[in-house]
Amino acid sequence: MRRIGIGRTGAWVTWRRTALVGLAFGAGALHLAAVGVLLMLHQRWIVIDTLSLGQATVLLLAAGAGAMAARGDGSRWLQGALGGVCAVLPLALLSRAMDALTLQPIFIALSPDLQAMLTLGLPPAAATPALLALGAVAGLVGAGLRAAPRLSRALLPGAVAVLVAGVFQELIQLMLQQYEGPIGAVRDFVYTWEGLTQEGAITVFLVVTLLAQLFGRATQGRVAAMEPARRRQIWAGIALAVIVVLPAVAGSYIGQVLMLVGLYILMGIGLNLEVGLAGLLDLGFVAFFAVGAYTTALLTADAPNALMHLPYWAAMPVSVLLAVCVGVLFGLPVLGVRGDYLAVATMGLGEIVRVIVLSDFGAPLLGGAQGVLHIPKPQLGSYTLSSPVALFYLTLVAAAIAAFIAWRLENSRLGRAWMALRDDEDVAQALGINLVRSKLLAYGLGAAFAGLAGSIFATMLSSVYPSSFQLLISINVLALIIVGGMGSLPGVILGSVVLIGLPELLREFGEYRYLFYGAVLVVMMRLRPEGLWPSDVRQRELHAGDETAALDAGADLLPARE
Amino acid sequence: MSGAQLARSRPRVTIGRVSPVEIVLWSLRILVLFVVFAGTIGAIVKDRYTAAQWFDFVMFGLTIGAIYAQIALGYTMVYGVLRLINFAHGDIVMCGAFAGYFVASPLDRSGFLTQHPVMGMTAILAVAIVTSTVIALLTERIAYRPFRRVSGSGPLIAAIGVSFFLEQTFRGMFGSSVKSYPEPSWQRSTFGVWGFNVPRIDVLVIGLAIIFMAGLYLIVQRTKMGTAMRAVAEDAEAAALMGIDVDKVVVFTFTLGGAMAGIAGVFYAFVYKQVYFFMGFTPGIKAFGAAVLGGIGSIPGAMVGGVFLGLVESVGPSLFLDGLGIPAPYQLRDLIAFTLLIMVLIFRPNGIFGERMAKQRA
Repeated sequence: MRRIGIGRTGAWVTWRRTALVGLAFGAGALHLAAVGVLLMLHQRWIVIDTLSLGQATVLLLAAGAGAMAARGDGSRWLQGALGGVCAVLPLALLSRAMDALTLQPIFIALSPDLQAMLTLGLPPAAATPALLALGAVAGLVGAGLRAAPRLSRALLPGAVAVLVAGVFQELIQLMLQQYEGPIGAVRDFVYTWEGLTQEGAITVFLVVTLLAQLFGRATQGRVAAMEPARRRQIWAGIALAVIVVLPAVAGSYIGQVLMLVGLYILMGIGLNLEVGLAGLLDLGFVAFFAVGAYTTALLTADAPNALMHLPYWAAMPVSVLLAVCVGVLFGLPVLGVRGDYLAVATMGLGEIVRVIVLSDFGAPLLGGAQGVLHIPKPQLGSYTLSSPVALFYLTLVAAAIAAFIAWRLENSRLGRAWMALRDDEDVAQALGINLVRSKLLAYGLGAAFAGLAGSIFATMLSSVYPSSFQLLISINVLALIIVGGMGSLPGVILGSVVLIGLPELLREFGEYRYLFYGAVLVVMMRLRPEGLWPSDVRQRELHAGDETAALDAGADLLPARE
Repeated sequence: MSGAQLARSRPRVTIGRVSPVEIVLWSLRILVLFVVFAGTIGAIVKDRYTAAQWFDFVMFGLTIGAIYAQIALGYTMVYGVLRLINFAHGDIVMCGAFAGYFVASPLDRSGFLTQHPVMGMTAILAVAIVTSTVIALLTERIAYRPFRRVSGSGPLIAAIGVSFFLEQTFRGMFGSSVKSYPEPSWQRSTFGVWGFNVPRIDVLVIGLAIIFMAGLYLIVQRTKMGTAMRAVAEDAEAAALMGIDVDKVVVFTFTLGGAMAGIAGVFYAFVYKQVYFFMGFTPGIKAFGAAVLGGIGSIPGAMVGGVFLGLVESVGPSLFLDGLGIPAPYQLRDLIAFTLLIMVLIFRPNGIFGERMAKQRA
């Protein structure tokens, strides 16, 4: 408007961009609604009878759109509002379409419950303007928060605390259940059975905000003054303490979840040697896991097709050894296969293992689809490790040993050789690194950890079936390495907690886990290829004058889904 | 050049010292050859199947092979232009099958598909093509384009992510149950040729696949855009210097690949008579194998590789495995396909025809 001539086209470009950003967020919201995630989130209260997780998600998307859209050239507020409106517009249109047509026979997620959520319980004529108005308000808030970064930083801890307290209310209540007296009184004030009370939410928000204001700055300063390495050590220490102590305090459900996390940490450490250090992208990793599990099963089980009835402790080393053999056997033929082809070849090998296990050909030994049943629990003297918590500590010990080995390996001659191999095979060979030996060691050691995990997995479930060993496991492990950071040990732990632990805790979320994984893989590769907790080497590589992360910054249309 | 040559040379066999790796590779070769020959001889000696059954195997192999060929085209073209294994291509096939299903099933219920098979099939294919193409273009725009200049495993991992995202999106939208594809009466009927019963659906699938693939070949060979595509596949930088819009070519490639995937999805669903969200995975991987077999980047190679793979996996269980006395050999069909895939990746990563193109790429 300021310069009529070019201004008009300039303004047009700005507004078009605003609308597109909003609509991209809207497309994300529409996707969530269509696949059923939105309704699932809506069924969990954050603040009881006031705000559900689903509503919060829509509002956050609209606020995000507002913040992204508000570029701040004079009409920031309008842009924010428009972005917010555009972000909810697809949902509003969807709601209208659901009024006019019965879509549920085709799109099973578009249920009357979703419609009730989108119309906010209002009659159709009032619902659409109400939804759009909410979007506009959220967009304005988003724009405002972007304009005032100080304020948003002050509000953030409180908001996150309310969100966490609300989302994990089941879990927190379960842990607080045993207490009476003052803690019980606080619990009853903050929570009802299904979620936070309104006054509870406000209290949590105020308390946390206040605490953050009082102590936040001081700690922040001290943290900032610390060396990054030291900071990380402290974080890792806290995480370790939580992992060690929590299951003993919080009971068997948490124990079970953490046990699964532990198993994935073990596998993650194994795959990390292959993918993260040696650069061998292996999608058939699940095969080693299966070998470990089946070996343990066949050597210990009280089943007709079992070969022996060894105690668990005797079967475990055999399982690991056999997994190593299979790993080397896997590695031998694919030694000369490189890069992307290697990924497909290893995946083919993994699928072959699965097909054989499932077929009548392997059935006499492996039990076909029924698998092997009645695997005993490990004995420690006269004590049987039967509870999930006890098995968790077994996994923890195994993971600790694996982590120690991996940590020592990383800086050993072999670890250096792997990294050289990862960076450039030809140069590595020219420098005198024995490719065959290094690669086979990577496969063998990676397989050893997976075999160990499989062995523990078998005794945890007390039975093994082929359906537990699908490609999805390989993808799970790959995803957690990538999220955590390739080649980074703490990254593996972080990745398993985030990708395995969280979906397990939000039980209804489990169904959509792989949707989330798919999105995470793309988004991580796009925005943070080095992972959340990168290893130092990788971090330097990816940000040393290399523009990987900043590539095509303008061509970004991907909304942050979920 | 010397670096590339060094790269592909495995540890060499030297006089007096044979590397263990070579021993393993040779025993693998010998094992596979043994299974093939001993199995074939066993099958001939046993003579368990009639000529009509063998004919059925071959016919089915050709049908499924034609479908693999169409899927393989998508892999090979995208690889040629972007050097990316489009891991999600199998799921684009699944998208086409689903779209076709939602047209086919009401048409079948109303009886339209039985009365007007040509119009019905046209509608089903059209919707499948459009859906697959749109989704292929969206994935390219959102997930692949940002990785255009990134080397390493990043793009492949992103493609794996896209694959999962698509599968789970369809699962969320349409449920995880297996839906049975409609089967109008004209599909089930057969007609006789030289005393053999030929199912009509097989002839339809093979015939249409040939027509579509011939069309694609002409487009790639004769049109300006096709020429540009081949130029980019040959050398993207030089093509860009010659004024070819690489973005446009990529979009064009994904359009062609997506369209073929949509058609293949409908056919695949018609042959196996079901759709579900994970259905694209196995044919996708197999078709990738077919593309490598034919020499990745080569369009005729992908077609031949697909048909070959289909034949091997259809005839193979009865020919190689049954002859060796393995129980229920048809269960191991995927085993044969995956073994072929791995053998190709290990021993002939350049494929049968792709020697010239692959040389610059390995």
